Amino acid sequence: MITNIFKKYRFLLLRRVSQLGILALYFSANAYGFKVLTGTLSSSLLFSTVPLSDPFAVMQMFAAGAVLGADALIGALIVFIFYATVGGRAFCSWVCPINMVTDLANWLRRVLLLDKVERKVWLGRSVRYKVLILSLILSAITGVAAFEIVSPISMLHRGIVFGMGMGGAAVLSIFLFDLFAVKNGWCGHICPLGAFYSLSSKVSILRVKHNQPNCTLCMKCKDVCPEKQILSLIGKESGDVSSGECTNCGRCIEVCDDDALSFGIRNYINKNG
Amino acid sequence: MSNLNSKKPVITKRRKFLSTMAQSVGLSVLGGMVWTGYIEEAKSAPLILRPPGAKSEPDFLRMCIKCGQCAEACPYDTLRMAKPGDNKPMGTPFFIPRDVPCYMCTDIPCVPVCPTGALDEDSVSVVTEGEKVLDINRSKMGIAVVDEESCIAFWGIQCDACHRACPLMDEAIVLEFKRNERTGKHAFLIPKVMGDVCTGCGLCERACVTEKAAIFVLPHEVAQGKVGDRYIKGWDANDEKRLNDVSTDVTTQTKRSELAPQDYLNSEEVLFDN
Amino acid sequence: MSLSRRDFLKTTAAASAAAAVGIAVPQEAKAAAAQAESGWRWDKAACRFCGTGCGIMLATKGGKIVAVKGDPAAPVNRGLNCIKGYFNAKIMYGADRLKQPLLRVGADGKFDKNGKFQPVSWKRAFDEMEVNIKKALKASGPEGVGVFASGQYTVMEGYAAQKMMKGGFRSNAIDPNARHCMASAVVGFYQTFGIDEPSGCYDDIELTDTIVTWGANMAEMHPILWSRVSDRKLSNPDKVKVINISTYRHRCSDLADMEIIFSPNTDLALWNYIAREIVYNYPESIDWDFVKEHIVFAASPVNMGYGMRRSNEKSIKDGKYTDLEMETISKEMVKIVSEKEAPALAPYGYKAGDKMVNKPAGLKHWEISFEEYKKFLAPYTLDYVAKISKGNSEESIESFKKKLKALAALYVEKNRKIVSFWTMGMNQHTRGTWVNTLAYNVHFLLGKQAKPGSGAFSLTGQPSACGTAREVGTFCHRLPADMMVKSGKHRKIVEKSWKIPEGTLNPVGNQHIMKIHRDIEDGVVKFAWVNVCNPYQDSASANHWIKAARTMDNFIVCSDGYPGISAKVADLILPSAMIYEKWGAYGNAERRTQHWRQQVLPVGDAMSDTWQWIELSKRFTVKDVWGEQPLRGNKKLPDVIGKAKAMGYSEDTTMFEILFANERAKSYKKDMNDPINAGYDDTDSNGDSRGVIGSDGKEWKGYGFHIHKYLFEEYANFGRGHAHDLADFDTYHRVRGLKWPVVDGKETQWRFNTKYDPYAKKANPNSDFAFYGPLAKALSQGDLTGIKDKTKKGLKNKAKIFARPYMDPPEMPDSKFDTWMCTGRVLEHWHSGTMTMRVPELYRAVPEALCYMNPGDAKAKNFKQGELIWVESRRGKVRARVETRGRNRVPKGLIFVPWFDEKVFINKVCLDATCPMSKQTDYKKCAVKLYKA
Repeated sequence: MITNIFKKYRFLLLRRVSQLGILALYFSANAYGFKVLTGTLSSSLLFSTVPLSDPFAVMQMFAAGAVLGADALIGALIVFIFYATVGGRAFCSWVCPINMVTDLANWLRRVLLLDKVERKVWLGRSVRYKVLILSLILSAITGVAAFEIVSPISMLHRGIVFGMGMGGAAVLSIFLFDLFAVKNGWCGHICPLGAFYSLSSKVSILRVKHNQPNCTLCMKCKDVCPEKQILSLIGKESGDVSSGECTNCGRCIEVCDDDALSFGIRNYINKNG
Repeated sequence: MSNLNSKKPVITKRRKFLSTMAQSVGLSVLGGMVWTGYIEEAKSAPLILRPPGAKSEPDFLRMCIKCGQCAEACPYDTLRMAKPGDNKPMGTPFFIPRDVPCYMCTDIPCVPVCPTGALDEDSVSVVTEGEKVLDINRSKMGIAVVDEESCIAFWGIQCDACHRACPLMDEAIVLEFKRNERTGKHAFLIPKVMGDVCTGCGLCERACVTEKAAIFVLPHEVAQGKVGDRYIKGWDANDEKRLNDVSTDVTTQTKRSELAPQDYLNSEEVLFDN
Repeated sequence: MSLSRRDFLKTTAAASAAAAVGIAVPQEAKAAAAQAESGWRWDKAACRFCGTGCGIMLATKGGKIVAVKGDPAAPVNRGLNCIKGYFNAKIMYGADRLKQPLLRVGADGKFDKNGKFQPVSWKRAFDEMEVNIKKALKASGPEGVGVFASGQYTVMEGYAAQKMMKGGFRSNAIDPNARHCMASAVVGFYQTFGIDEPSGCYDDIELTDTIVTWGANMAEMHPILWSRVSDRKLSNPDKVKVINISTYRHRCSDLADMEIIFSPNTDLALWNYIAREIVYNYPESIDWDFVKEHIVFAASPVNMGYGMRRSNEKSIKDGKYTDLEMETISKEMVKIVSEKEAPALAPYGYKAGDKMVNKPAGLKHWEISFEEYKKFLAPYTLDYVAKISKGNSEESIESFKKKLKALAALYVEKNRKIVSFWTMGMNQHTRGTWVNTLAYNVHFLLGKQAKPGSGAFSLTGQPSACGTAREVGTFCHRLPADMMVKSGKHRKIVEKSWKIPEGTLNPVGNQHIMKIHRDIEDGVVKFAWVNVCNPYQDSASANHWIKAARTMDNFIVCSDGYPGISAKVADLILPSAMIYEKWGAYGNAERRTQHWRQQVLPVGDAMSDTWQWIELSKRFTVKDVWGEQPLRGNKKLPDVIGKAKAMGYSEDTTMFEILFANERAKSYKKDMNDPINAGYDDTDSNGDSRGVIGSDGKEWKGYGFHIHKYLFEEYANFGRGHAHDLADFDTYHRVRGLKWPVVDGKETQWRFNTKYDPYAKKANPNSDFAFYGPLAKALSQGDLTGIKDKTKKGLKNKAKIFARPYMDPPEMPDSKFDTWMCTGRVLEHWHSGTMTMRVPELYRAVPEALCYMNPGDAKAKNFKQGELIWVESRRGKVRARVETRGRNRVPKGLIFVPWFDEKVFINKVCLDATCPMSKQTDYKKCAVKLYKA
């Protein structure tokens, strides 16, 4: 029974461990001087040696006209290369603390059957790309990394490491927006950071694979998927979920009772495969 | 319903594309303007003191990645990261000297950890014997200003708490001795801030015994004026250096010189009444 | 040109604004001021803090002190204050004021030494005190009852405490914290002048041409006087010179023309260098007329030890001191003469490497010839003195020599007036008495003493070290007005005045403040009472005294306004009325006595220390304390009960009836129509509206007579007619203090000078000076090494110049403990900080004590600015933050750690070596090692 539950939620549990573990490392570096991961998600130092930086933040700063230090650039490159080649958009589901907030909103939507209520707010999934472009344009205009100064991700993360202040209000707004206005509203529609990783991880190695013959078309995978447009191949053809918008959260794999979904290496040869 | 539908104008594909485009652009501009407004508002918070070695405020805002590594390095919890509600550019480090001043660590732990160079190590270093050595005394976080009305030393009270608290005592804050004619036998010992030495650490502001500090640190841009480019102190050989990058565009303009010479000369205004 | 509509509007707006400004603002301001002052009552008082003695005005409203201002009529400060004085209105209102007696009790509600503090009634508190005092008297006799007294007592409190202790309990074990502060100055005055306290006054500052500070950080410790020094300097910057002489750079150097940083203890050599310059190189500068008529030369033993414990004392024999501690303490018995001090000791027959066997020498001294004195001065050449005295290793010897010569030249310069000020640097010194007398030597030789603008002047630390501790005589060896317990004549005078039987007073007065601590550790003192001081924070080698108080069979009572270290150590805590919650009087460093009235009622159930003493006296009868009493060394105090009966007392007459509520006392009626009393509370005399339940379990209604006036007048009578004349009680309530002796209503500015001092005029009508002090005025004859002719020669009206050499202190840096440690104060905090650490502004200004260190030393030891380090001596250790910048710039090899901060408990590190003559602890030097925490 327990092993069954674990199997059903194995990726969810691992993601929570990953998200909370990373937060705990940042927090304890500041609070207790336990220096494994110092700084915040914007920029940090791993084991006091390896620099890590948010490549999207660095892009905005470039746009704002900043001449940046080597640590920031190297750090951004390391992170960019990691996600672009290996992890895909895993940042969103394995690292980003907002994910826990929006997941909670999503879960409540299902419990409260809010999904069944016709929603009145329309928001396209492509809006995030516009926000992404707008971030860069506004950075250039204002001379400040435009998204970084309003980012609820940093607010929540910094809030946990350094103290929240009124930042809770921004996080609550996202929660309410996702709960009552638009399903997956923030992560799936607006967040430019998610959009950035969607674009940058078009060719990353780790993919969800679909084995069509096993599929019973129960559609549980689509129910849980935060980016369900990417699962268009379900029940139709075997192959990789190739869209960069997939966050590699693994929810579809664990809810599938038919062994029709799994993680695997991208098949670069067969375009469809 | 079907009636209404039938009266609907026919929308061509092209037209639909254009109006969607227009809608997107419009919404983006609208969002962008609101967003820009917020950023400009946040940026304009002028009373903010940055960590040692911080670049000028516009450059600092460009370069700070808001990672908080400086705040983590600070052993006194002087540096805070701006939170929503602080009314400071979000996520950037700052300090409030009245609460916790900068204690001017000689090893300046907050600066070298900055990944982007928003905190510039070179600006707080000196090169001695070919080696770069950190020197916190070179930092320019702000400048202390004395409100002579509320500073009790100006009343004749023997205070000088700021002077004794100053890590660059007798250099950044010096005491000026003046006779107190009112009592006839006491002297004023008055704190004077030397702007070129003051680092803006705020230890004076913290120590000040008045209810609201009578000596307080302001950012340089707020506290200081700037003399013009076209005069050099005849009595100071070094003053010339101030104008090293002086512009050669020397044309001046006032309301009086608004009109081109001929326009002015050809107008009969002022010459005759009515 | 017509006025446009827009311009018109602008103008009218400006006009109406101006009108508004012109008319409304002053009215508003006036109204606001009137409202603010309505219900205020202004009255004069003295500042609570240092020995400067600034006058203040207090505003009272709704039973609370709401504001303070400097008293513009006060001659010392003319309306100004320093920042401590600025906060006088806040010092009584800390959130944690003690409001009820607190006793350590066990689960059964009985006193338990290891119990927790619980509130008890005043009655219970006095019950416990009575039981424990009786127990202590039984166990150890009068020497078993001790009092840690204070230079911050009001005159009346000190007098009441002294009367009950010495007259009631027959115990001389009452000694003030002023012992730590002024004792060396006192013995210096006694030995030199035969009478205590300075010859000059603050007016010297405005009259002098030269101010030399010797171990006195006046800029921080006497800020108002320093502002007067600053003003004098500004008045004639070229002529007036300021010299700062210290072991480290402090704020006085800001103003100084010259700064001399010397190696600890070598101030002895510096003074002798100046004297040698005068005698050998500028003999023409000697005022021979003055010297021949008014001066004798004197010498005293050099092998007198360092006032530490001796090997025959119980706690040493019991092994309560570690081997490390004994390394230093052993020098009390025997020391080896060092290379450094050998030349100075050569005239005494010592050479380097000799064993010096130390013996207690008391205050013994004898007359020598001028030739002998000259021989004594011979070693203090510029080369020798510069070599041993240069305190900053980074200064060149040439530069230092130049400064010494310049210093001597200023003293010597004909017609140059010069004042030498000193405070703790010269008093807290294992040769404190010596160095005090050396200061007078130089001034005497040049005829620059007791003259307007010239004189050596000992500044006082505490607000009433002079007024109470010294003048009232709350020292173990003293009685009021410079009388001594060991003098049968003096005891008789006091016994007569107090109407107690002849023979009541105890002639043995040796339990000075460190001795009380040591006697507690030895198990002799079983009961100790802390009054207006914090002896468990302010005494050196603190670990020993805390351990003795907490773990041995004794009972410690602490009267205080706030909980501090001494209260924490105590078994019973009594809530005391603070400064302006009682009638009082203080005497400052220039002999100025200042009185104030009770301004407000005490908080909670707090009562004055005077009341506490008098209430205690109700618990003891003639038969309890006046029977035969044992003293140490098989001595006894006689049974005086029979004599008491003959005086009309019975066995059951209480000390209260004899000492405090006697016929004379009752003659001081409390007349509430008298303008001095009208409208002012007097909790002790009248009771008050709080209705505190008193020591008998009944509501406190007052003594019914003017207890404060009685205590003051009875005390003042001892000095009147004896060159200590104080004005009467009522006069002090009308004036801003008067400098005693007050003769025919006039104060005295310069004593011993026949032009200014009526007593001098009377003693020596045809001369310019008379050093009429009566103490030690007959000396045997001898040379530097000892007495050769025991016949005593009188020296009426003469003062003394002493031959006293440079000697090393007992503990100096060595390979194990490599750094000098000096402690002291900061401007923002008063003593142990019990008051000032509760004033938010002062707390914020200086929240913790820092370890001031030379940046070179910090670098060599790899300490960062602000880093926590251990400061460890042979006795204990504390953690403090390294400060290489700021107010105190110490030379390499020396650190300064202030003592106000109980969390940086530096007295655990300090050494309790004292001047063997004055018994004043040397807080300025011991050896420590420093390492990372």
